[in-house]
Amino acid sequence: MLAYIARRIVYVIPIIISVALVCFLLVHITPGDPLVAVLPADASQELAAQLRAAYGFDRPLPVQFGLWLLRALHGDLGNSIATGRPVLAEVMRAVGNTVTLAIAAAIIGFTMGILLGLIAGYFRETWIDKLATSFAIAGVSVPHYWLGMVLVIIFSVELNWLPAVGAGPNGSNSWAWDWDHLKYLVLPAITTSVIPMGIVTRTVRALTGDILSQDFVEALRAKGLHERGVFRHVIKNAAPTALAVMGLQLGYMLGGSILIETVFSWPGSGFLLNSAIFQRDLPLLQGTILVLALFFVFLNLLVDIAQAAIDPRIKRG
Amino acid sequence: MSDLPLSATTDAVLQAAPATKARGYWTTVGRRILRDKVSMACAIVLLLIFASAVLAPWLGLEDPYKGSMIRRLRHIGTSGYPLGTDELGRDMLARLIYGGRLSLVIGILPVILAFCIGTSLGLVAGYIGGRINTAIMRTIDVFYAFPSVLLAIAISGALGAGIVNSIVSLTVVFVPQITRVAESVTTGVRNMDFVEAARASGAGPFTIMRVHILGNVLGAIFVYATSLISVSMILAAGLSFLGLGTKPPEPEWGLMLNTLRTAIYVNPWVAALPGAMIFAVSICFNLLSDGLRSAMDIRN
Repeated sequence: MLAYIARRIVYVIPIIISVALVCFLLVHITPGDPLVAVLPADASQELAAQLRAAYGFDRPLPVQFGLWLLRALHGDLGNSIATGRPVLAEVMRAVGNTVTLAIAAAIIGFTMGILLGLIAGYFRETWIDKLATSFAIAGVSVPHYWLGMVLVIIFSVELNWLPAVGAGPNGSNSWAWDWDHLKYLVLPAITTSVIPMGIVTRTVRALTGDILSQDFVEALRAKGLHERGVFRHVIKNAAPTALAVMGLQLGYMLGGSILIETVFSWPGSGFLLNSAIFQRDLPLLQGTILVLALFFVFLNLLVDIAQAAIDPRIKRG
Repeated sequence: MSDLPLSATTDAVLQAAPATKARGYWTTVGRRILRDKVSMACAIVLLLIFASAVLAPWLGLEDPYKGSMIRRLRHIGTSGYPLGTDELGRDMLARLIYGGRLSLVIGILPVILAFCIGTSLGLVAGYIGGRINTAIMRTIDVFYAFPSVLLAIAISGALGAGIVNSIVSLTVVFVPQITRVAESVTTGVRNMDFVEAARASGAGPFTIMRVHILGNVLGAIFVYATSLISVSMILAAGLSFLGLGTKPPEPEWGLMLNTLRTAIYVNPWVAALPGAMIFAVSICFNLLSDGLRSAMDIRN
């Protein structure tokens, strides 16, 4: 097991460096001067050159990348152009809110997905399977930002039950686990949960159907094992794949939250990314994307290791 | 299957063959999908949306750009404006129908481009193998380290707002996914006997890829690509919704959703209409792709 973990970690290193390279290059594919946001329009050539040297933009690209990577390894992602505060601190504060949202959505989406998937897999080709499958297809096909708007229209505008935007009373950004804050989480979490719900339902349904049609299930039933015992075998066989899919979905929720956070003005990493884009705050843009992508890479690593821990066939492969 | 004596195989085929002329694979798939009610319903809905978008100027609609300050945000069912008016008093019905033009192009074009690029890359990586395979597939892995929404937004955020940039960024998102599928099906086919035979008869790598492999892998890659259209529609409209795609006053569903968002307290259901269009197109493509997949799986 340790050898497997070591191998996976070694494999991740080139990925991390390439991810950093992509994030670094993002700033260099932007049209125009990267200094455009800090440089006054009437700045002299001399001042521009001075500033370019100060930011290191006058050096060759590979050198710039090396220096940037070295600083990033020390946790220095530069300062935000808009606020002047360190990028890493800004990003980490926002990521906390995104994690809260993603975990709430995962609880809803995964529970619903597993339940619907099991029911659909057990009762294949019946009306209940068709209902669960339609629900899943709707979940993966709905533009989630629109679903968020519709939920706001129903529960905030028409019924006035839940708040439409923000993450706490009076625009507060500090999260607390009480109803005053939780009611702000309900609509964004439901909206975020529909895609994972749909995907988990489809995965679990396919897995359950496959496992139930295998010979060993027949054999278990033939030797007189009660249905609960058979069910335990189904779960055990479906778990590794289902877990991998759920891990990946959690990563997508963390990294792809920008649309939902924009709809609900949820002060997370996606919302931060949105403002970085529109204020042309390039260090913040670069830093946010780097941190989110690294989260995703590490989550994938964890999923791989967890999968190997519960499924002995993987380590040998 | 090749160890069977030839006569036995021929006998078995002759016995199993129906009296009528055997149909080709694609004819069978076509017939199967025509019999699938859900797929056909989706195809009809999509056809209607496509046709109305293309024929919009000849449908006798209001001008989708002409607004009026005195008839802003009319409700659904107002006489003369069956679907109401938007925040600048423009006819919603006209804007939704005209909106299909841009929305469908920016949603579908990235998948078509990625299909062409990804299939070529995957074919080369899968057939040639070795270092070229490693180079292509490891580069592809880097893009898998980003969640697709984040990658699309990162690229179009860096490039700046605009239709071309949004198409480019979505193409970059889908190329790796299609390449991976194309590479794996090509690897599966390249060691089969008929490819060996072609190689033995002196065909060059390009001819083998084009004539012998492409025909055998294209179906699988195509089905996979169709399943991406739904995601692409949602993401393309999503980029416009964030202000990274289409610019006003162009009618486009994602952008319309964005500008109408401020009106949800005044006229909520009109504000939700553009999203319903995205949803309809996206779910129809998903169901149609599912139908195509099961129609192509003849063994079932």
